[in-house]
Amino acid sequence: MHPARFTFSTRLTFLKGTDLAETKDHQAVFAPWEDPNEAPLIRFRGVTKKFGTFTAIHDVSLDIYRKEFFALLGPSGCGKTTLMRLLAGFETPTEGQIELDGHDIAPVPPNQRAVNMMFQSYALFPHLSVWENIAFGLKREGMAKDKIGDRVTEMLRLTRLEQFGRRKPHQISGGQRQRVALARSLAKAPKLLLLDEPLGALDKKLREETQFELMDIQEKTGTTFVIVTHDQEEAMTVASRVAVMDAGVLKQVATPSQIYENPNSVYVAGFIGDVTILQGRARKDGERYLVDWAEGQPPLVTHSGVEIGPGETCHYAIRPEKVEIHKDRPDDDNVLHGKVIDIGYLGNISTYHVELANGQIIRAQSFNTERSTRQAFTWEDEVWVNWTDRCGILLAG
Amino acid sequence: MRRLSAFNVVSLTLGFAFLYVPMLILVIYSFNESKLVTVWAGFSTKWYGELAGNQQFLDAAWVTLRVAFFSSTIATVLGTMAAYALIRSGRFWGRTAFSGMIYAPLVMPEVITGLSLLLLFIAIGLDRGILTLVLAHTTFCMCYVSVVVSSRLITFDQSLEEAARDLGCTAAESFRLVTLPIIAPAVVSGWLLAFTLSLDDLVIASFTSGPSSTTLPIKIFSSVRLGVSPEINALSTIMIGIVAIGVIIASLMTKRSMARRLADEAAADRAELT
Repeated sequence: MHPARFTFSTRLTFLKGTDLAETKDHQAVFAPWEDPNEAPLIRFRGVTKKFGTFTAIHDVSLDIYRKEFFALLGPSGCGKTTLMRLLAGFETPTEGQIELDGHDIAPVPPNQRAVNMMFQSYALFPHLSVWENIAFGLKREGMAKDKIGDRVTEMLRLTRLEQFGRRKPHQISGGQRQRVALARSLAKAPKLLLLDEPLGALDKKLREETQFELMDIQEKTGTTFVIVTHDQEEAMTVASRVAVMDAGVLKQVATPSQIYENPNSVYVAGFIGDVTILQGRARKDGERYLVDWAEGQPPLVTHSGVEIGPGETCHYAIRPEKVEIHKDRPDDDNVLHGKVIDIGYLGNISTYHVELANGQIIRAQSFNTERSTRQAFTWEDEVWVNWTDRCGILLAG
Repeated sequence: MRRLSAFNVVSLTLGFAFLYVPMLILVIYSFNESKLVTVWAGFSTKWYGELAGNQQFLDAAWVTLRVAFFSSTIATVLGTMAAYALIRSGRFWGRTAFSGMIYAPLVMPEVITGLSLLLLFIAIGLDRGILTLVLAHTTFCMCYVSVVVSSRLITFDQSLEEAARDLGCTAAESFRLVTLPIIAPAVVSGWLLAFTLSLDDLVIASFTSGPSSTTLPIKIFSSVRLGVSPEINALSTIMIGIVAIGVIIASLMTKRSMARRLADEAAADRAELT
């Protein structure tokens, strides 16, 4: 992964986290998954999907709530697209049940589901104009002609495509095609909108703009969105909750900041953002854990809710932006001594690779708040790195 | 405009001469006064008049057209269905065998196809006539249609059909409203190919036609064996004319629809500016 990308996402998550914290007093935070009285819109109950001998989805149980912007995140082949196709009705589960609004949707064919999908290739009908593409589903529904006209106009306005109604899909740009696909899938006002890598075909700049546009439209229409993506930055930016998948299994389902700050496994910690992962043995020290991880190095300290028995192996993960770098030894926990061997200068931040005496590399990041072309540290500098006793992530196993 | 080099002019002339001189001679001699096909005796259209009175030729032409129309239509429906099934159903047991069997008639000697069909019709007691001709032509035209249509379907984005299903279409509706309009050009060219193949088939037709259903190629072939008559030249000229007119109309239509599309785009651009 390119270092420029995780920094962008981490900054966004920070902003998001603080936003949520600040607004807590003024209005209720959107978190229906924490409300026991809230009935989920989608409920997967022990869903398994096999293609021949290959298990694409293994025993997935998952609740998705109304008005959520839910992201399915994982590498290609992890089963996220299959999960979405199960919702759309293009695949049927081998085992288990999928409920929409409390009803099992297995017997409902895709054309009768209150679910619409935006395809990765957009799948715009090339022989129909933009207007006819958006009206397609409404006509199938048997909606009155004048109402179709109103609805299509509304959708064109929502996606800022008013001028392009008469064009054919090949006569508009990629970004416009993406918006036509979105307008078409929203036209029928589905209970649930599925988006399969909706921004994959756009270039980086347009993709970032469109992410915010998507969030805006989701908020305006109040539709539940489920997005499939392999781009963690995209998932973190748009989603209310993220499900991280690997090899057909749900690894963790949580808000972007929980996923980032409290990953539940080495896989999730490593998949989202940049991280240094160390292996060691934990022992309890009051409320904190001490992790012995290497001969000749001091134990690492952290607070953790994870239960780990004395002497059990565990992993200790630390994110580079939590690591401070000093010229002189600071008086704190988690202080390690090493040498700068690599510097990644990105303008807004710099990443330092600090090699410890035992060869382990710790990555530290600092914001370049001063306007200067001279760096505080350079190659071969002897430095101290440290982080507080709440920054380390303890992972069982 | 770019001037052509001498080499290009020569090769162009020779190429076109190779293609069209035989036909040109045929057309010229169809206006020959003389009954002898190789001696020019002045301009006349009398052979066209005689042809119009030759009921046998007219009957044969009518049979040929009907057979070509019905067999190419049935072949297009069946061939499209076969192509669709083979491309869409993914890997089912025996798929390779099926696709091989669909394409086999392409390379099968026509004599063998004709003979086997003849034996079949005799075995099931079907009298030879228009029906057997249509069946036989459908059989061999179908594989051509299916080759043409399946080559289009391979590049067809399957998510288009899924999108149609997603937006409320049944499987049949999504085929009718989305797949068919998009692959229509391939289906039409498949039909045209089948029509042409049926129109000029001689070998299979001579096995499967009956006394009441002589096709034009059979008629021409058998009368040529008795000597080439200027009437046949006239008939062939008419056929060349029909084909030429058809091709010209088709290309004009494509050109006009292109022009209309360009005008549409220009109009859309103007609308955008205002």
